[in-house]
Amino acid sequence: MSLIRGLVSARTWLAFTNHLVGLALGIVSFVIVVTGFTVGLGTTPLALVGFPVIGITVRLSSAFARVERARFALFLGRELPHWPADPRRGYHWKIVPTMTMMQSRATWGEVGYAVLRLPASVLAATFTVLVWTVGVVGLTLPLYATELPGGGPSFNANRIPGGTALIALSSVAGLVLLLAAGPITRGLAAADLALARWLLSPPRDAQLQARVTQLEVSRERVVDAAEAERRRIERDLHDGAQQRLVALAMELGRAKAKFADDVDAAAALVDQAHTEAKAALVELRDLVRGVHPPVLTDRGLDAALSGLAARCTVPVTLHVDVPVRPRSAVEAVAYFTVAEALTNIAKHSRATRASVVVEGGPGPTGTLNIVISDDGIGGADPAGAGLAGLADRIAGLDGALSVESPPGGPTIISAVLPCG
Amino acid sequence: MRVAIAEDSVLLRKGLVLLLEEAGHEVVATAGDAEAFLRAVRDTTPDACVVDVRMPPTFTDEGLRAALLVRDQWPDVGVLVLSQWVEERYATELIAGRARGVGYLLKDRVADVAEFLDALNRVAEGGSALDPEVVAQLLARSRHPLGDLTPREREVLTLMAEGRSNAAIAAALVVGSGAVEKHINNIFMKLGLAPAERDHRRVLAVLRYLGTS
Repeated sequence: MSLIRGLVSARTWLAFTNHLVGLALGIVSFVIVVTGFTVGLGTTPLALVGFPVIGITVRLSSAFARVERARFALFLGRELPHWPADPRRGYHWKIVPTMTMMQSRATWGEVGYAVLRLPASVLAATFTVLVWTVGVVGLTLPLYATELPGGGPSFNANRIPGGTALIALSSVAGLVLLLAAGPITRGLAAADLALARWLLSPPRDAQLQARVTQLEVSRERVVDAAEAERRRIERDLHDGAQQRLVALAMELGRAKAKFADDVDAAAALVDQAHTEAKAALVELRDLVRGVHPPVLTDRGLDAALSGLAARCTVPVTLHVDVPVRPRSAVEAVAYFTVAEALTNIAKHSRATRASVVVEGGPGPTGTLNIVISDDGIGGADPAGAGLAGLADRIAGLDGALSVESPPGGPTIISAVLPCG
Repeated sequence: MRVAIAEDSVLLRKGLVLLLEEAGHEVVATAGDAEAFLRAVRDTTPDACVVDVRMPPTFTDEGLRAALLVRDQWPDVGVLVLSQWVEERYATELIAGRARGVGYLLKDRVADVAEFLDALNRVAEGGSALDPEVVAQLLARSRHPLGDLTPREREVLTLMAEGRSNAAIAAALVVGSGAVEKHINNIFMKLGLAPAERDHRRVLAVLRYLGTS
């Protein structure tokens, strides 16, 4: 059953198309890269001509590698892992490759791949097409054998003997070949992919190494962000509530001293202390809300964000569709992303409207997607303290933050947080 | 007035008892957690109770849940919920359904003794008391168009949503009670609400209007 399904499955025919497209691309890349290198190496004595020609060829093979990645993504649905970015790789004056570039495994992988694409594709495409056509021809032989010139199958104008038995045999062989055609087509596609992965992607430990480096960087940033946050809280407590309490205690002390001889003045001081105490309460409340809003723990994102939207001085339309609550760290980062964005909108954007959309969560997609946009003047700086700190917290969850804010607006801030 | 208090902080509980007793009220029960509080309400049936949102054992919203229970089971007991933070969502839960005799205030408001006692009185009489911060959030979050209201009418609506009587609104805005009456009629007409005679009923109509989506 699965063999027959293989004949008509989308995967088989995507793989088939993949081979044909690969062949067409292979011819182009082979001609360009082989010609480019021959001309480039031939003219190296004239360095001014040779190096740029080689440089352009290397550039073209990089471009070809990008096309190939797209081809595998399109037809086979597989992404080839990239080499980690290395700033030392590149070109002088845009066309002469740097030394690092010419020594790098990634460069030669791409060049080699551009050359090897043709032979690999010739084999794969020829074999695939052959299997399918011979299969169809063999299977259907009984239908047209008698109509053939000479009254039966022939080779080089000589009739092949064997009659009906041969025709029957050929149709059985054709059937077997056709049934095998699907797996063969897909198998060759897998081999093709393996070749591309070998030449275009870093080896597995290099991938792991790159991931480790990325995690090290993000961990450092998360620790720094936490440290900065503690300093901010300490400063806010010290400059705000603590000073107010000192003032309050002082006024009460003065009032106590005055009660004996000047009751009116004492009453005025108590009155002042009362105001001072209430102001301290407001500051403490705002500070605590900035650390972690209690409603977020109790009622989740929708409730917490609706309070946030309501407190924003710019009118905010809020859409929250998170059917399953994410874990609390994700909720907290989502909350602070929106909080930071709305603070910026209120402070700097001169916007008249803002919109907040939060969707996803644990489930099929496994990510929480947040988009905050406004109709303000734009020009938000992703390197500014607020947004950079936010990016660090998001990186700590392995998420991504993007800030689009061209001068003149509009500003669109989006974040994707994995919930796994 | 006979009052029960549910507040886990001993300092604050003692302060509240003193404050209420100095104002001539009788504190019939004090409790440090929701369970003891519900028992106390059942045993003493106070006129009103003051409940802190966060209490043991989980320190999240057990006070609020206890308040909702009292509201539903003992309709004649006024419930004033105090919270370190006010959130519109908690308020809509409190005023949803049959919203008689409920209040929701920031804890800070206790510092303004006269205002606090006034709010407690309103709640005990079946009225309501909502913190100005909650009202601001409700107005901002309202799904209903309020754009037709004049700025003055918005002011009146805000004060009504806080639970104030016509007389109190007139005093706060320094206008005559006739003017307030006129504004309120306009508001009800513009929002398409059925006119109501008594202050409390009007306030509740406005709250339900703002709180429902």
